[in-house]
Formats: sequence, C-alpha cells, structure tokens
Amino acid sequence: MATGGAPNAPSARVDWADIGARLEPFLIPLFALFVSLALFGAFVALAGQPPLEVYYQMYRGAFGTWFSFQNTLQRASPLLLTALCTALPARAGLIVIGGEGAFVMGGLAAGATGVALAGSPRAVILGAMFAAGAVVGAIWIGFCGFLRARRGVNETIASLLLTYIGIALLNHFVEGPLRDPESLNKPSTRHIGEANMLGSIPGLDVHWGLVAGVVACLVAYVLMERTVFGFSAALVGGNARAAKLSGVKVAEVIVITCALGGAAAGVAGSFEVAAVHGRANASLVAGYGYAGILVSFLARHNALAIIPVSLFLGGIAASGGLLQRVFALPDATVNVLQGILFVVLIASDTLYGRIRWRSLAGAR
Amino acid sequence: MSDTTLGLWGIPLAVLGGAIRVSTPFLFVSLGECITERSGRVNLGLEGTLVMGAMSGYGFSYLTGSPWLGVLGAGVIGSLLGALHGFICGKPRVNDIALGIAMMLLGVGLAFFLGKPLIQPTAPRLGAIPFGFFSSSAQLRSALNVNVLFVIGVALAPLLHFGLQNTRWGLVVRTVGESSEAARALGYNVNRVRLLATAAGGFLAGVGGSFLSLYYPGSWNEGLSSGQGLMAVALVIFARWSPKRCLYASLLFGGAGAIGPALQSVGITTGYYLWNAAPYALTLAILIASSSATRASADMPAELGAAR
Repeated sequence: MATGGAPNAPSARVDWADIGARLEPFLIPLFALFVSLALFGAFVALAGQPPLEVYYQMYRGAFGTWFSFQNTLQRASPLLLTALCTALPARAGLIVIGGEGAFVMGGLAAGATGVALAGSPRAVILGAMFAAGAVVGAIWIGFCGFLRARRGVNETIASLLLTYIGIALLNHFVEGPLRDPESLNKPSTRHIGEANMLGSIPGLDVHWGLVAGVVACLVAYVLMERTVFGFSAALVGGNARAAKLSGVKVAEVIVITCALGGAAAGVAGSFEVAAVHGRANASLVAGYGYAGILVSFLARHNALAIIPVSLFLGGIAASGGLLQRVFALPDATVNVLQGILFVVLIASDTLYGRIRWRSLAGAR
Repeated sequence: MSDTTLGLWGIPLAVLGGAIRVSTPFLFVSLGECITERSGRVNLGLEGTLVMGAMSGYGFSYLTGSPWLGVLGAGVIGSLLGALHGFICGKPRVNDIALGIAMMLLGVGLAFFLGKPLIQPTAPRLGAIPFGFFSSSAQLRSALNVNVLFVIGVALAPLLHFGLQNTRWGLVVRTVGESSEAARALGYNVNRVRLLATAAGGFLAGVGGSFLSLYYPGSWNEGLSSGQGLMAVALVIFARWSPKRCLYASLLFGGAGAIGPALQSVGITTGYYLWNAAPYALTLAILIASSSATRASADMPAELGAAR
C-alpha cells in the first residue's frame, strides 16, 4: 500500500505514446473529418460558393431546427440498419457492399407479404412483414457468405452483383406479377392499407425504425464484443487459418455474420414499406444501402459508433435540400462530400501506429 | 430480297449487334483493370472512373466540338483518378479494395455534380463503320454498324497481350505483380510501377465511359452506368488476367446484356426485367464456377493474393 516503492511509480512522467495509441481510434477519424471538410470547402469555393456559409446552412439543415433534426433522424434510421450489413461481416474479415440489394429485397418481401395477408389482424400483418424482410435479407447476404466460405468467391463483387439482380427482381415484380393496376406512373405493389401501417414514435415525426436501429446496434455491439460468437468472428477476421486451427467453425461464423447483416438491411427495407411508402416500388432504391457502407467504414465497423455516425451522415443527407434551395448547388453536392470523406478516411488508415505522439507532445 | 424481314433470325442478329455495342465499355474497363491487377493491385473504383469518363467525355466533346477530344479528355480524367488511387494505395496499411469502394462513391458523386449542366445540351457523337454496306437488309446493316471504339478495343486486346508478354515494360509490371520483393531487389520502385499501371487502367476505363455518353446510349444522364465498371472487375477474374480472354469475355457479357432488348425488338416482352439481370447472374455464375475455396487460380498474380 506504500505509494513510494510501487513498480508503476513514475507517474509524474506522462506516457504520451500510450495515451496517443489509445486515442488513435478517435483522433485519426476526427482528423480525417477535418481534412475532408477542408477539401470539401475548397471544392465548394471552386464552385463559386462561400464555404463557411455553406457549412452554416448544412448545420441548419441538419440540426438547426426541430423540423430539420427530425428530418435527420428519419434519414439516419435506415442507415443504422444498413450499416450493420457491412459492419457485422467486416468483423469476420469480409467486405460486403450489397446492403442495397438486401434492403430492396427486404422491402419487396415485406410489401408482398403485407398484400398477401390482407384482411388479417394488423399485428399479424406487420409481424409477418418484418419476418419476411429479415429472412429474405438474411438469405440474400448469407448466400454471399456461403459462396465465400464454400467456394472462395469474392464477397465484395458477389454482393454488389446480387444488388443489381435484386433491383431487377424488384422491377420485374412491381411491373408484372405483383403490380397494382391502379399504380400508373410509378408501378408498385398494392398498398398494405393505411390502417395497417406502422405509425410514428409518439411526439416525433419519425417512424419506429429509429428505435429498432438503435436497439439493433446495441445488440450487435454486445454480440460482437461480449460473446463467444463475437470473439470467434474477430478471430476469423484476424486470421482465418489460425481460427480454424483453434477449433472455430470458420464457414459457420462467416455465413452467420453475413446473414445477420443481411437481416438488418432487410428489416430496414421492411420499415421503408411498413412505415413510409405502404407499398414496394422503385422508391426503395434510394441509396440507403450504399450510404450504409460509408457509415460502417466511418464507424470502423464498431456497432456502437454506428449510432452517432448515422446521425452525422443522416444530417448531411438532410441538409442537401437546403443547399439546393439556398446556393443552387446540385443535389449531388452531398455525394461529393460523402465521397471525399470516404477517400480521406481510408487514406487515414495509414496513420495508425505511425504517429510519434511523444515527439508531438514535446516530451523527451 | 430488299425489304425481307428476318423473322426469328432477327434475334441472334440483334444479339450480335447488341453484343458489340454493349461489350465495348466492358472491353475497355476490363483491359484497364487487367493491367492494374497484373501489377498486383485491385482498383474497384473503376465504376466511378467509368461514370466520370462518361460525363467528362460528353463535356469535352460538347465544349470542343470534337468527340475524339472527348474520348481523350475522358481518358485523361480517368488516368488522374487511377493515379489518385495508386498514390493513396502506395501508403502503408491502406486497403486497395476499401479505397476502391471509396473512389467509386467519389467518382459517381463528382460526375453527378459536375455533369448537371450537361444533361440538356447535345454533344457531337462518335461515328460508326458500316461493315454491313453490302447487304440490303436494314437489320443486318444496323447489326454490322460497328463503332470505332470497339474496333480500337479489339486491336488493343492482342496488343496488350503481346506487350505484357514480350516487352520490357510488360515484364516489369508482371514482376511487380508476382513478387514485389523480387522487383524491389531488381531495383524497381514497386509503388511507382503500380501507380502507373493503375493510371493506365484508369485511362482505359475513362475511354470506356466516354463510349456510354458518346455512342451508346449516346447522351449523358445519371442512370448511364449500372455496374459495368464492377462487372468488368469480375470479368478480369473470369478471363484469368489475360487481355485476349478479356475480349472474348466482354463479348459474352455484351451478348447476355443484349438478349433482353433483342427479344423486345421482335415483340417478346415477357420477363423483360428479368433479362436485365442476365449479365449480373451470368457474372455471378461464372465467378462461382471459376473460384475455388482451397486454391487460387494459377494465372492470378501472386501479389493479389495478399490483398484479398
């Protein structure tokens, strides 16, 4: 209990190298964020608009008013779930970018189920819709995991190809077998009925997908960080051969992480049908799946970090409308910012473990 | 003989004509990716490069009045994007696949942003060579109306094949792709070779993009590309990293993509949207057939294995 002779006595000297190494996962993305904002500012200036003014309006459009904050929350909701579609397989070392396909197929399955069960109690309809969305999404991405585990097929390309196949299937069904004859301009499935739709969270103009997304992220975090399964997945991601030698069922872990991710994206698509559109149509192809990839990478595939990052990117998306109105900037401005952010973030991976924190802090 | 309709024979003919048209962007992107991957790196960002090439090709053609300057401009823009990918990947710990996804998003975003004013105007487009001049059948003539870029691409494939196998440059690229350590020991700067190979790949992908906006479909809009850039990456795996086989694979993919429209042209519309999925399903089927869980393809550049 003596304070003098303890082995870790030299507490007077701050170990900058240790502190720096611990803070790297926070500081480096933050640094990347500032670099991206600077680059985007230069881009906006080149386009002839005042960068600071643009940033101020973006803040207003995302978080400035209650109305815009609700808009942000609404756009963040699907991202929470589609990001998991990349983040969960990433834990097992896979780069899955097919969340858009699972989202669309989940939405289509939910829409078809809702119509097929017309006349049943509301709870049955909604429950079946979400179950259908989750199962179809799980099969969709789980198939990529299966191909990877059994045949060594590149899951990045396979999942993206499946996205295009999914969109073609959506078009086929809403134009053909499942088409509501009354949907003239925008071919859609039949409406599931206003009375059957999922309402908003009380006091908010945001649907329940937000709550589901946050809960899913929390569950995913616990699963990946606090359970044997999560540990096995991390082993597979670190070194699949070593994991196999230590008795981990590598193929099983890969397929399950992919299926769980796909189920999350499928549920996100179901919410889009059950709470927003009431029917499946081309509105499902809105890029939520692709934005989810960016969210997952920004969050470094950490399910807990997905929550704030989704809010941030939802905010960027929400501010797009205001940028169009105030500055006459095209709607793709938001995509440019996302692209810059993504590239800078991936480039910043090179900084990990290479910053000399001690000399930065001026200590010897 | 003059105005005879070909009946059902019109389908394979339309597929052939469509295959030539649809395969051209595949051909250029896959040849470009072939060079890049031979140097031991994957550039998944070629989808973004393709869209940027389509936009800038149309823009340059509109501004200069010459579609060929448009093609050149698209290539230059593409090589800049490739060089950016190559430069960032040269830094330690940067994953080329993840960066490719990021470059894809950036390229598409930039193209949509900069291309907004180009949706309305009409730019001069590329011409075609009427190989079907001898025939009086309109269908045959339209099928054999071959665009010039396709001809260039067909010539380029064996040329690149020869270049990779028989020239000093080709040897350097292959050495870097097979063993970066050996290349370093021989005194080559591995990162510089890969940067140049990625930039060259970007050039070809940009040219492939300009085909979309300057020949077929032949205008700039945001729905122009639907994953051709990514499918081309899968196609390189299928072609086992050989430029010659890239040509055959592109034609096969183009043919798959042309079946739906060809059936529609003779009045068969059942499952039109399902036929749209044919090239993707074919790609996936080929990927599954050509992959193996236990061993990598013998033709695969060894340095790619480390990245995957």
